[in-house]
Amino acid sequence: MNIVVCVKQVPDPEQPASNLRVDANGRRVTGDPNVRPVINGYDENAVEAALRLKEAQGGKISILSVGAESARDVIKHALSMGADEGYIVEDPALSEADPWMIASALGAAIGKIGDTDLVLCGRQASDDDNGQVGPTLAEVLGLPCVTVLRAIQAQNGSLRVEQLIPDGFRAFQVPLPALLSISNEYGKPRYPTTRGIMLAARKQITSWSAADLGLGPEASKPRLQHVRYFIPARESRVEFITGETLEEAGEKLALRLREEKLI
Amino acid sequence: MAQQGGVLILGEVAEGQLAPATLEVLGIGRKLADQLPGPLGIAILGRGVGALANDAIAYGADVVHVVDHAAVADFTSDAYVGTTERIAKDVKPSILLLAHTANGREVGPRLAVRLQTGQASDCIEFSLENGRLTATRPCFGGAIRQTVTWPEGAAPQFATVRPKTFDQAQRNPGRQGEVISVSATEAGATRFLEQKQEPTEGVKLEDAEIIVSGGRGLGNADNFKQVEELAKVLGAAVGASRAIVDEGWVPYAYQVGLTGKTVSPNLYIAIGISGASQHMAGCAGSRVIVAINRDESADVFKYARFGVVGEYQKILPAFQRKVQELLGG
Repeated sequence: MNIVVCVKQVPDPEQPASNLRVDANGRRVTGDPNVRPVINGYDENAVEAALRLKEAQGGKISILSVGAESARDVIKHALSMGADEGYIVEDPALSEADPWMIASALGAAIGKIGDTDLVLCGRQASDDDNGQVGPTLAEVLGLPCVTVLRAIQAQNGSLRVEQLIPDGFRAFQVPLPALLSISNEYGKPRYPTTRGIMLAARKQITSWSAADLGLGPEASKPRLQHVRYFIPARESRVEFITGETLEEAGEKLALRLREEKLI
Repeated sequence: MAQQGGVLILGEVAEGQLAPATLEVLGIGRKLADQLPGPLGIAILGRGVGALANDAIAYGADVVHVVDHAAVADFTSDAYVGTTERIAKDVKPSILLLAHTANGREVGPRLAVRLQTGQASDCIEFSLENGRLTATRPCFGGAIRQTVTWPEGAAPQFATVRPKTFDQAQRNPGRQGEVISVSATEAGATRFLEQKQEPTEGVKLEDAEIIVSGGRGLGNADNFKQVEELAKVLGAAVGASRAIVDEGWVPYAYQVGLTGKTVSPNLYIAIGISGASQHMAGCAGSRVIVAINRDESADVFKYARFGVVGEYQKILPAFQRKVQELLGG
């Protein structure tokens, strides 16, 4: 089974939210420059899903990202987990692209990679939280699509997948080729092994520009206009409970919560 | 046919009724439609859903497009996208809305491509000026907001609406409206197999009234027992930050946050948790957050209603004793 996994580089969500800054004209959000950006967590789950399918079925795993040059790091991360090939679409024209433009670029790149049975994405990116690229890409490629999955089983040329819903799941049978988006409930991604890191270091990442992909004018026109990012006003209204000793503060906290009928 | 302009909603049915999230979309949809020349329409798909048309009218719809057909008896986005694409192309609404639910997040982006328009995800605020819609949505796990609009002349202006954000529409049984019967587009390639509810043992994180949660500030895996003990005393569920799940101190099922569970208890007690955006994304919806942390400047205090600064080793036992005493245990 030949699988393409789409991955995105995002600011590390482990950093405190107060690290996040919006630039003066509200166009960009940046994290602490000293904290390395990471692979989007859900995309890492998708890489794990691809690796398990390959272990069961054989085949090839290609990692694809649209992003800046630094996105090579997250492709390398996926390669060091065990994926086979890396592809990056690097183009300044895509630096502020909407989900439609990203999906169009990914779709053209997948066409160029060729011979794909399954496309996997994370359920959403932890920076823009849109969750749109997966299902949009499915339409661009004309594939059936099921999103936010916790399980995938290959059976006789099709897949049985389980989608998360509140308090349970729904199961679907999806023919191949298809596009699926993966949620963290799928399971923890594996850590790269030393051998994996060494192998990944030697691998070349194929780079394409928008022109290489032959993206037409329709694919380069945003369908949603960004107006601005802003940090919502969050009034700190914390009431610090203190005491002569920390033990006393602990007791006073219990009394205070009782007073508020919280316990 | 008919409609033209106004607002079209793609409704959802849950347990034979209009879903609560859809009643909320009807609430905001009515408000937006009142500022536009066109009507408020809703499409309802499923088997035996015709009876809900009058309900939708009572909740504010002017036009109800009923698709009562075996092809849409169970949800698959293939069939739903195809059918709603046809309705939307026929009636040409100015604004298209659906709830950001399991169905909505899969149908929305696909439908947007078919209608050659952009879709804004998970919106919490709308404003309408001269027919031009602007929407605001949370991103970066809720730490940042993004405001978006649609290019001049784009139609429909398409958005999914975050559940539990807008008030449900008021029910007025005397309202009049039009019911239109629509045939379904044949089902697509994906086949629905089954749907299951899964009861879990103990207090489930997502349903818990009280959650006691621990983070790296606990120092080591052994100390997590104190979190569990306190949870027992409070009849609470137990949560954890990603940091200590990654360390292997506790199972993944405990993880609260972006790549874990999203919770909204009445009371969330965070012990030794610094307040990384990834964690707060999962618990910021709690009614009251209590933070116990050594570091006064920790981000978690920005979200907390009550805080105690200091070593949890000293605070927690005294807190727990007092709680036990108050609960008469």
